[in-house]
Amino acid sequence: MSATTETPLLELRGISRRFEKKLDFAGKIARFLGAPLREEVVHAVDDVTLGIRKGEVVGLVGESGCGKSTLGRVAAGIMPPSNGQVLWRGKDVTKLDGPASREARLRAQMIFQDPYASLNPRMRVEDIVGEAPLVHGMTTRAGFGPYVEEQIRRAGLDPAFKRRYPHQFSGGQRQRIGIARALAVKPEFIVCDEAVAALDVSIQAQILNLFMKLRQELDLTYLFISHDLSVVEHLSDRVVIMYLGRVVEQAPAEEIFARANHPYTVSLLASVPRIEARKRAFTTVKGEIPSPLNPPTGCHFHPRCPHAMPRCSQEVPKLREIAPGHLSACHLNG
Amino acid sequence: MSTTLEVRNLRTHFFTRAGVVKAVDGVSFTVGRGQVLGLVGESGSGKTVTGFSIIGLVDPPGRVVEGEILFHGRNLATANEEELRHLRGNRIAMIFQDPMMTLNPVLRVDTQMIETVLAHEKVSREEARQRSRDALGMVGIPSPDERLKSYPHQFSGGMRQRVAIAIALLHRPELIIADEPTTALDVTIQGQILAEVQKLAATTGTSLIWITHDLSVVAGLADEIAVMYAGRIVEGGEVGAVLDAPMHPYTVGLIGSVPSRNRRGEPLRQIPGMTPSLLKLPAGCAFRSRCPRADEACLVEPDLLELRPGRRARCFHPHLEGVGA
Ligand SMILES: Nc1ncnc2c1ncn2[C@@H]1O[C@H](COP(=O)(O)OP(=O)(O)OP(=O)(O)O)[C@@H](O)[C@H]1O
Ligand SMILES: Nc1ncnc2c1ncn2[C@@H]1O[C@H](COP(=O)(O)OP(=O)(O)OP(=O)(O)O)[C@@H](O)[C@H]1O
Ligand code: SF4
Ligand code: SF4
Ligand SMILES: [Mg+2]
Ligand SMILES: [Mg+2]
Repeated sequence: MSATTETPLLELRGISRRFEKKLDFAGKIARFLGAPLREEVVHAVDDVTLGIRKGEVVGLVGESGCGKSTLGRVAAGIMPPSNGQVLWRGKDVTKLDGPASREARLRAQMIFQDPYASLNPRMRVEDIVGEAPLVHGMTTRAGFGPYVEEQIRRAGLDPAFKRRYPHQFSGGQRQRIGIARALAVKPEFIVCDEAVAALDVSIQAQILNLFMKLRQELDLTYLFISHDLSVVEHLSDRVVIMYLGRVVEQAPAEEIFARANHPYTVSLLASVPRIEARKRAFTTVKGEIPSPLNPPTGCHFHPRCPHAMPRCSQEVPKLREIAPGHLSACHLNG
Repeated sequence: MSTTLEVRNLRTHFFTRAGVVKAVDGVSFTVGRGQVLGLVGESGSGKTVTGFSIIGLVDPPGRVVEGEILFHGRNLATANEEELRHLRGNRIAMIFQDPMMTLNPVLRVDTQMIETVLAHEKVSREEARQRSRDALGMVGIPSPDERLKSYPHQFSGGMRQRVAIAIALLHRPELIIADEPTTALDVTIQGQILAEVQKLAATTGTSLIWITHDLSVVAGLADEIAVMYAGRIVEGGEVGAVLDAPMHPYTVGLIGSVPSRNRRGEPLRQIPGMTPSLLKLPAGCAFRSRCPRADEACLVEPDLLELRPGRRARCFHPHLEGVGA
């Protein structure tokens, strides 16, 4: 297989994204009067390199605040990175302008966790779905009706509902509207950010099946962000584990669930409740998730790691290949 | 084994402008001392309202219209507000999905915890402080002394939930009703809390009702499971028996749609259709429009029957294959 030599559809190279936590008014006054206050900087994403091949489903996992959504936004092109490059089929996206840049924005789309918050409550479904395609000339005024109906039907909704407003739908149906809207601009790449987290198990299964069906039909590539490891295991080809802004491990899905290498991944997998388990003793990772404002030195995981050694608090472990396609960032690997 | 709670034929209805919402409509179950009951079911099926009914927190237009809630034999459905208030936070505690339902944002954590102890017991302030410290230690909050002096907003979400749980544990209640308390938390933090709660039930004999939509949590934590659909329990029994060989078509569909119960990469088994509105429930079995086994018999409402020892299901055509006699 030449899969590894082929140019990835999307490549993130050395991506970092920082946010400044600005001082509030009282803070500014205090600083003016001589208090040693500074604007704090969150390293939401810290030097992440990741390639995604055409047609691949990459699962992105990690604890709250580790930078998954931020990385997803950068990948989808809706947030510029502070450092690093985003390459689309080998070309730097940040250097595009004019029509090429507009096209770049359409070919990657994002689907969010809370479909209600991301849908304009005063717009009818047909306008939510059809507005962008109309603006970008993918359909015409005359073709608008049939175009929108096709998008709605493809997302598993009855086109008869197209004149309704978002509040008239259930959570699962709203997520379908979000999917129809994203697909209506004919993207190649979709970032799903906790897209099924708010749904009932039975509705979640319907939506996950829809994602997989559309992937086949439209040859889509996904970055699938989820904190639910069983969902990620089910549909990802490859899994990326983040901890406090950094990728700590990445491997083909089967490999990571069978042979996790990084101590954080190991403890994460051990914490996941399994339906097969009966009256078991829950295992725990000790300690709190540290604040990204003030991450631990060296390996970010060292205060919680059962294998930490002196070196771990001094030196950042490099993400290295430990088996074909399997990367891990831990000093235990030498 | 003694019974801590017995709920008999509970009906809690909401009298809204649009009509009567029968949120809980004939629910019965028991929880023994030190036992954990996992209450699962579709969103809107009445899990939270069941919990609220037990501790008397249903507000108008809602009302418990029928049934008995026997806590050590005392019927809470007819108890007055004074008695309920005494029981709440003392012998019965509730943990909410949102910890800010428990926490007062303008009070320091130590103040709230100490006041909670003093409100129910005649102990010294220092003793109350020690009790608070112990409770925080139980939920794994490190260096509680220093932490006690913080306000709720200075804690992370997971930490806040642990404080709320610690407050629930302050009086070593005999019954805790926990409503999706770990759903918003990270799995590593959830694991820590589940481990503590499990230890508590085993060592102090506290009984638990654990409300969740996550079957995997129930699988590891509960002794008994009750599955709700549209205001009723449709299946109940020992947790392993129900998860291994569910009888009710809704439970079968629910378990079948869990990703780990499906082959990787293949379509997940799914329950067709959507939860019906409680305002417009069809006649007969409420699951009828989504059920692959439905026929004319199902036009009549089925009863919850004991189909095998310790196994109850509300269905005319239950899955009995593979279910031992
Ligand atoms: N617009 C922003 N301004 C300031 N800080 C931000 C912003 N967006 C994200 N952050 C911070 O960056 C860090 C990473 O956030 P991000 O939302 O990417 O995490 P996440 O992994 O998606 O978490 P979750 O699982 O809770 O969604 C967090 O500390 C967050 O507070
Ligand atoms: N104040 C209210 N007025 C009218 N109807 C209500 C009220 N509170 C709850 N209900 C209805 O009662 C039913 C049961 O709600 P409940 O909150 O118990 O569901 P649940 O099983 O806890 O769901 P979830 O898993 O989403 O938390 C729902 O249909 C809900 O709409
Ligand atoms: S580098 Fe050290 S602290 Fe980090 S995961 Fe490996 S052993 Fe643990
Ligand atoms: S009673 Fe009929 S409709 Fe209801 S669950 Fe059983 S078979 Fe299905
Ligand atoms: Mg996020
Ligand atoms: Mg609820």
